[in-house]
Amino acid sequence: MAGSILASVGAELPRHRAVLAAALLLAALCLMALAAPAFTQHAPDSINLAQAGSPPGLDDAHWWGTDRLGRDVFARTMQGLRVSLLIGFVAALVSVAIGVAWGVLAGYSGGRIDAAMMRIVDILYALPFVFFVIILATLFERGDVLVLLAAIASVGWLTTARIVRGQTLALRRREFIEAARAMGVPTGQILWRHVLPNVAGPVIAYATLTVPQMILYESFLSFLGLGVQEPLASLGSLISEGARDMETAPWLLLAPAGCLTALTLSLNVLGDGLRDVLDPRTRP
Amino acid sequence: MMRYALARIIGLIATLLLLVTAAFFVIRLAPGGPFDEERTILPQVRANLEAAYGLDAPLTIQYARYVSGLLRGDLGPSFKHKDVRVSELLGAGLPVSASLGAAALALALLCGVPLGFCAALQRARVLDHAASVLIALMIALPAFVLGPVLSLVFGLWLRWLPAAGWNDGSLGYAVLPVLTLAAPALAYSARLARTGLLEVLGSDYIRAARARGLGLRRIVVAHALRPALLPLVSWLGPAVAFVLTGSLIVETVFGIPGAGRFLVEGALNRDYTLVMGMIVVYGVITLLCNLAADLAYGWLDPRVRRR
Repeated sequence: MAGSILASVGAELPRHRAVLAAALLLAALCLMALAAPAFTQHAPDSINLAQAGSPPGLDDAHWWGTDRLGRDVFARTMQGLRVSLLIGFVAALVSVAIGVAWGVLAGYSGGRIDAAMMRIVDILYALPFVFFVIILATLFERGDVLVLLAAIASVGWLTTARIVRGQTLALRRREFIEAARAMGVPTGQILWRHVLPNVAGPVIAYATLTVPQMILYESFLSFLGLGVQEPLASLGSLISEGARDMETAPWLLLAPAGCLTALTLSLNVLGDGLRDVLDPRTRP
Repeated sequence: MMRYALARIIGLIATLLLLVTAAFFVIRLAPGGPFDEERTILPQVRANLEAAYGLDAPLTIQYARYVSGLLRGDLGPSFKHKDVRVSELLGAGLPVSASLGAAALALALLCGVPLGFCAALQRARVLDHAASVLIALMIALPAFVLGPVLSLVFGLWLRWLPAAGWNDGSLGYAVLPVLTLAAPALAYSARLARTGLLEVLGSDYIRAARARGLGLRRIVVAHALRPALLPLVSWLGPAVAFVLTGSLIVETVFGIPGAGRFLVEGALNRDYTLVMGMIVVYGVITLLCNLAADLAYGWLDPRVRRR
């Protein structure tokens, strides 16, 4: 029994295999999304009512069938995948940048400033923050991708801020930082040259975990009809469309749902694996 | 402990006031108003409507009126649902949403925690690997994917359960929505229980107990379970926010007459008081649950209690 509880070496191996598989799946999805136009002659927004609602099959090269308006589901799903990937990565980049800045400032300042800044994070953490996202998304012109990005990115930075702050707080007391301060290196330079490179590992890991979160928020809003608008589609809006017609045409739901699941699953597994390797707190 | 609780309650009220203030002004920043309908109304009619609802007063006065109404427990009239108070609308929807959310959270904890503990005790064996695959899948499957897919498979193809509807929460109708809402929370609680127990089992005092020759069962039950639950308890506050958010989707997917739809509908229609009512009520629920989780944490962890 003791061996099984404390054995960790054996458990690491399959996990690394899973991480590898996740990375391959993610690469395949990205490649598919980008290269899709080369594989199908159908444009995602070309309407062809004569072929509306045809099921998946090899004829006419509508591999994944067509929707109510005769648009090719494969082309539309791939376009949705591109939009979701783009919004997910950009929103994650923005929110991680906010989180790192907030965390480094709080952790390096310490004392009251730190306490106040982290109290704000605590409060925001406790609120059903998606409510604010919904309100922000309804506030402005619907379908404005920039507003959507801002709304989504405004929720994603909290975890990064907490982690970076913790790391910075620990770094601040290390000798090399103290030495830099004693030599009169300006604070900005200390943060840039000495603190940031040392928090980079966990930041990369949590950034990977932020991407699927952002993709899910975007899909969540698009599912409720508050996100990306026609004729543009994201995986969320395609799922919402597909759920309406799933009784007669289940492929409309299953194609985008499958893609979204594969995407979030691979990103989560990859992020967890990176965190195990890169975050000193979880290192065994 | 009492002083700690008192300080937390004061903090809660301050947070709530901050939330109400921020939400009030952000919503009013939006272009458009509740009476911009497709058919144009006479300017005089619009002016009368706005006067009747107090929308002609300066924003700060409206804010003061709203807050003083709140203090008297009045959420105001709905702008879009004629002659209906916001409290009546929410009163009809909230019990449904609350029972859905409570059932899902209970299911998640009752299944997730034992699953996580078993996985930890069987670390790196078949059960642990199976559990981690299941957990990863349930986290990756959002409610708006899982809900329609469950409804398609069990409702439309197999016809085992109703595909949608609520029917006053009768068991058959509740199964799929509750499962959908519970899945990600179940995964998170299993993951937290697993890492929590593993961390405790690796600590020195457990090793000491083992060295004294205590059996594993005794160690786990008497010494490890309580501290292993701590990370889970501190997650419970955010979990409530998580479930409330998820129930927005689940209610949409399964056509459940809960309160969730009022948020989106109210925001799109610029029904100011309805949106504010949702934010206030859901905000109070989340903050109270956070407080309860924190107090429970103090009760479980003697180090916090003494502080």
